[in-house]
This record gives sequence, C-alpha cells and structure tokens, in this order.
Amino acid sequence: MQATSDEVLIARIAGGDRLAMQVLFARHHVRVYRFVLRFVRNESTAEDLISEVFLDVWRQANRFEGRSAVSTWLLAIARFKALSALRRHPEQELDDEKAAAIEDPADNPEIVAQKKDKSKLLRKCLTALSADHREIIDLVYYHEKSVEEVAEIVGIPENTVKTRMFYARKKLGELLKAAGVERGWP
Amino acid sequence: MNTLRNEAPEHQDVEALLPWHAAGTLSRGDTARVEEALARDPELARRYELVREELGATIHLNETLGAPSTRVMEKLMAAIDAEGARRRTPVSLTLAARIAEFIAGLSPRTLAYSATAAALAIVLQAGLIAGVFIKERSGQGYETASYGQSAAQQGSFAIVRFAVLASAADITKFLEDNKVSIVDGPKPGGLYRIRIATSALPKDELAGIVGRMQQDKVIGFIAPAE
Repeated sequence: MQATSDEVLIARIAGGDRLAMQVLFARHHVRVYRFVLRFVRNESTAEDLISEVFLDVWRQANRFEGRSAVSTWLLAIARFKALSALRRHPEQELDDEKAAAIEDPADNPEIVAQKKDKSKLLRKCLTALSADHREIIDLVYYHEKSVEEVAEIVGIPENTVKTRMFYARKKLGELLKAAGVERGWP
Repeated sequence: MNTLRNEAPEHQDVEALLPWHAAGTLSRGDTARVEEALARDPELARRYELVREELGATIHLNETLGAPSTRVMEKLMAAIDAEGARRRTPVSLTLAARIAEFIAGLSPRTLAYSATAAALAIVLQAGLIAGVFIKERSGQGYETASYGQSAAQQGSFAIVRFAVLASAADITKFLEDNKVSIVDGPKPGGLYRIRIATSALPKDELAGIVGRMQQDKVIGFIAPAE
C-alpha cells in the first residue's frame, strides 16, 4: 500500500479535510517537536508550539505552492514559532557561554569515564554548541535537509549554510579537544 | 573557510559537502564527485569517518528527546473545531496542476476504463464490507431495540477507510484477528465506524491499538473516534 504523499495531504487539508490533518500530524509531529525542543529546551513550551505550527498549516494549506518539501515548510514555520517564543521568554535559552563550558576532565571523574565512551562525550559536546550551530547540525544530520533546504528554513544563502556547518563542526572539534579528545581535525 | 587545508578550492568544496554526503542528501553529481575524492584521498576519507561519527551522535541525541504527549493532537483538533466549518477553497497547487495535466494527457478510452475500474472497485468493496457487516449482525441473535441501541453506543471506536485493493477475505480476517466489528458505514469518503473494544479504553491505549492497526495493509486510514 502506497502512503498518501504529503503534498496530496496538504491539498486535502486546504479543502478542510480534518482526517488528512491528522495523518500529516501523525507523520511529522515528533520530528517537528524535537526540532522545536532543541530551541526552547522546555517540553511543555515545545508541545504548545507544535500545536501552533500545525494549526498554521490548517489555516495556510491553500497557500502552499509545492516549491519545497512539506517537511521543509513545517520546519520553517516551527523555527519562526520557536524564535518568537524565545524572544518572549529569553530565559528559556541557555547562556551559550555557560553551556559551552565543558568542565576540565581532570577535575571530574564522570567526564574522565566519559572519555572512554567517545560517542557519549560527542553527544554532550553537541548539546553544548550555540543555538545556531546546534540548529544547522540537527537540520543536516537528523532532519536530512539538503543545502538548499537548510538555506530556505534558516533564511540564509546556500554558501553561508556550508560555511556555518563547517564552523559548527569546527567548534564541536574544539569542545571535544577541551574535553580531552583529539580528533586531528580541525 | 580559511582553516580548511591549503588545497585547491574544489577540494575544499568537496570537504564542505561531506556532512551532506553522510546524510545522503547530495545530488547525484555531487555524490559522484565526493566519492571520487574520498577514493583517492586517505586524509579526506579519515575526516569523513569523523563526519559519520557526528551524524550517528546527532541522530542518537535527537532520538532520546522523546515525543510529545497525546494532548497535543487533542489541543490541535479542538482548535481546528473552534475555527468552525471552513469554506472549501479550490486548491491551486503545482501538484494539482500536474495531476490535471496528467489526466488531460490520457486518452478518453483510457480515462473511461480507469474510471469504470475505480468505480467498480469501490462499489465492490462497499458491497463486500456490507456483506461482512450484515453477516456479523445476523449472527448476533435476538436483541431488544433498546439493547441494540445502547450497546452500539458503548465501547471504544475508530473510523476507518479500508485500502481500495483490500479483499473481503482480507477485511474479514482483519476484523477477526483484531476482534473488532463494523458498527456503522459506509459514510461519505468510504469511512466505516468500527468498535475496538466493548469498554471505554483510556485514550493512550486506544491510540496505541489504532497505531498498530494503521500498519495493517488492509487499512487505508484509521483514527480514534468518539
């Protein structure tokens, strides 16, 4: 059985089909939630925001022109909502400086133990990146967005997407190095 | 990117594409270019392994973020209901235009055959499902009107649209395997109301059962119903 495409669902939603809305929601809400949660870092706020995202889809489905994938459109709406929420409640965004401050491994037995598990430490460093860097890494690696799609979601030129990704990875390497893991790059 | 290795610009460009190559989102041309560079440059290949580690860690990190509660869907549908009946707006999508173009390109004979086959399939399926429905009801024996009415209102329900190609045998097997029964339909859109359980299940449990049923090839669409 072939699943109904996202574009067909949007067309049905534009016609007022609630069931199509439920299908689209079921298909995408978890990823949109995780994308938003990485911004606002508050589960309750993230839940409220994804409800707003899909309500916007319900209202604006007839304006969707199909120039990009539906998932790209959803993430662009979600990003706008998340940033607006952060402007209203800036305390929800962690201080990047504090978040990036990886403790001296020599002073922390837990971190010393983590060094033995490189992937665990890598995940810790990923959470310590700035919001811009976290966002682009998530979009490329987890949401599987192309250069063009990231450019559309974030609203930056394609070359800037590549440059930002490079610097996000460079910062990640520096955080790992500070935590005692030398990768030989950058 | 002045911290990239001091190499030709095209090499730097290839290195910048490694994250998208690992995620599988490059065009065919760029993919070939990156694979060729990886095959002849061991240092680039080593760095590509770092990218793959980052990819795995990012996926793992996101997957541990959990999922939103079911209240989100409820809140959304309540908000949609609150908006009231919507005006049916004509859809002016590129996709719609493409479909229209495709249909317009078919010969009248092909269109006629397709329409007839589709109509027959729908009528046939409706008839078969009605047969299943009647057979089920006829096996219930004597019941008072008041009993039948109240029993039909009790339990946990879902609305379902069966896959167009599902046969009567498939549907019967699905109903038997899942111990569910059709209580109403067909409604507009080929929808049927089915009883999932004779008691009112918690919403989470009902959603879980409906989610599992959605995986069945017999099901075109299914959603919990009041």
